[in-house]
Amino acid sequence: MTTPIRELTFGQAINEALRLEMRRDPAVIVIGEDVAGAAGRAHLGLVDAWGGPMRATRGLIQEFGAERVIDTPIAEMGFVGMAVGAAMTGLRPVVEIMFVDLIGVCYDQIINQAAKMHYMMGGKVEVPMVIRTAFGTRGDKRSYGGGAAAQHSQTLSAVLAHIPGLKVVVPSTAYNAKGLTAAAIRDNGPVIVMEHKFLGFSAKGHVPEEAYSTPIGRCEIVRKGRDVTLVGIGRMTHVCLEAAALLATDNIEAEVVDVLTINPLDEETIIRSVKRTHRCVVVDEDTPVCSMGRDIAARVGDAAFDFLDAPVKAVTAADTPVPFAAVLEAHYTPNAEKVVAVVKEQIG
Amino acid sequence: MNPKPSIEKLRWMYECMSLIRQFEERLKWLVETGLPIGAAHYYIGQEAVAAGVCAELAPDDWIASNHRGHGHCIAKGVDVAPMMAELFGKVTGTNRGKGGSMHITDVTKGILGVNPIVGASVSHALGAALSAKVRKTRQVAVAFFGEGGAGIGITHECMNMAAIWKLPIIFVCENNGYAQATPVEYASSILAISDRAAGYNMPGITVNGQDVVAVWEAAEPAVKRARAGEGPTLIEAKTYRYFGHHQGDDTLRYRLKEEEQAARDRDCLKQFRAEMEKNGPLRITDLDAIDAQHKILIDNAVEFARSSPLPEPYDLYTDVYVATKRGVE
Repeated sequence: MTTPIRELTFGQAINEALRLEMRRDPAVIVIGEDVAGAAGRAHLGLVDAWGGPMRATRGLIQEFGAERVIDTPIAEMGFVGMAVGAAMTGLRPVVEIMFVDLIGVCYDQIINQAAKMHYMMGGKVEVPMVIRTAFGTRGDKRSYGGGAAAQHSQTLSAVLAHIPGLKVVVPSTAYNAKGLTAAAIRDNGPVIVMEHKFLGFSAKGHVPEEAYSTPIGRCEIVRKGRDVTLVGIGRMTHVCLEAAALLATDNIEAEVVDVLTINPLDEETIIRSVKRTHRCVVVDEDTPVCSMGRDIAARVGDAAFDFLDAPVKAVTAADTPVPFAAVLEAHYTPNAEKVVAVVKEQIG
Repeated sequence: MNPKPSIEKLRWMYECMSLIRQFEERLKWLVETGLPIGAAHYYIGQEAVAAGVCAELAPDDWIASNHRGHGHCIAKGVDVAPMMAELFGKVTGTNRGKGGSMHITDVTKGILGVNPIVGASVSHALGAALSAKVRKTRQVAVAFFGEGGAGIGITHECMNMAAIWKLPIIFVCENNGYAQATPVEYASSILAISDRAAGYNMPGITVNGQDVVAVWEAAEPAVKRARAGEGPTLIEAKTYRYFGHHQGDDTLRYRLKEEEQAARDRDCLKQFRAEMEKNGPLRITDLDAIDAQHKILIDNAVEFARSSPLPEPYDLYTDVYVATKRGVE
């Protein structure tokens, strides 16, 4: 008799990670806007009305109460800073910034406070906090766009990865979403978990019931190949896999590396792969200037120059704000066809 | 009838003000005779605020400070020797030479940071207050900020959250009249910053921040209220910084000599000594003895700082991340 494989969505997997970590450690608390919803209305029988943009915090208040699942007013600057202070004084807050676009209003607390406290104080304080934030576009002209336009669809991972002291992880599957969320909570410093909006309800996969963590700072090779290394971040890993499948029909075997942690970056795995395949295309959903896509491309060019048969390429979003219309969003976002075209150009 | 400070408390507050004054005066002299320090924001003139508030705090209570933070650190019990060493950029400094004047801190003494991003640290005090509530300790937190910091959004966000959750925090606004060169009457629509407390449904009080007993008389019930779980208080202490925003700032480009003199005439140490001379209970000879001891303490601190080693080049890479002691390989 075989046990059926247990499947969860990406959002459910994050929910499970939060729940298990909150059970393991009473210092873990959740803070954010509508992480529960209907705050203060329990006397009317109304609790747990919302649960974040991908419902990743739904149900937590029922198990852990309003003292550990804290709905805030709209005050990102204040509550991200509050989390920094709480983290310095014995708690392990998990803060939700509803969309990464909103980091503009609390960027100081992320880049000057959370990221730098440990260093500025000569290592004498730790800031064990997690910021979870949703990001990204759909960019699929065959169905419909994300439609959230310029202020609710960005990636902005580069402006987080840029900051020494911050770790930034970008899960791509339900399995690693649970593992990376747990690892982020157990880490003794600040970690940003970037959750792609359009993986939230769709990326479904096997997730073991027990608590586990996926190591921060390691890439994963998710498809073996000999002709080109495709490097994907978050949902772009799925784009790379799709491109690899298309390339395979032309007898081009692409290896796909899922970056998973953009800072600190596991250069070694990527470079080792490129030394085998002699070609590299990095696929990043962020806009190109100062992006992770170009940063990885530069590091590969630097470390593997003698092994390359073609210039390293980065396929990124357009250097524009995110547009509303689906047809424009599809042009904006990297997709498998764009990746295939670049690989074919490299192979010539 | 409000309680009066005990003789021990009066003595503690004088010791605190005297040590801050001597530390800052020595530092100012060192800077003026060539100590390379970047920016230093002297606390001279405002000592009564740190002393009057911290007199009511337990060692495990928390404070969060701003750019003008040397005084708060001393009042919360940080040793002056590692503080001086930090200002000399030495590895024996409070922050191992990584912080300097604008981040000088000892978290083991309950200080969440001296923070030069105006308003930022108010939220850290709020976080400590939340932490105390969730962990069910009886700690309280104090946020020190200026009248400039009273205007930034984060301070308002924090006051609102503190009030809705009744967190054990005291907001202490040190109104020294100037945000750099911008006078408070220009930057604030109201005369008393403490009036804003009403907007957040918490008690607010304005006191003479150059009178340490007046500050203490406001802090004592506020700390009691916070510890009892009754929520936050906003204390505005009207005070004055005798020198520029930082070293090298010419104050007479934005304020008048007469105003500066009037503030110095109300000096917290001078007033305290006059009051003791008149009514006791401390004797002037006691106060002189305290001052003399502090001179030795500061001499020793400077000697410690001078003779301490500089950081090694590889220290640049340590403590960027918690688990990695030599940076990310």
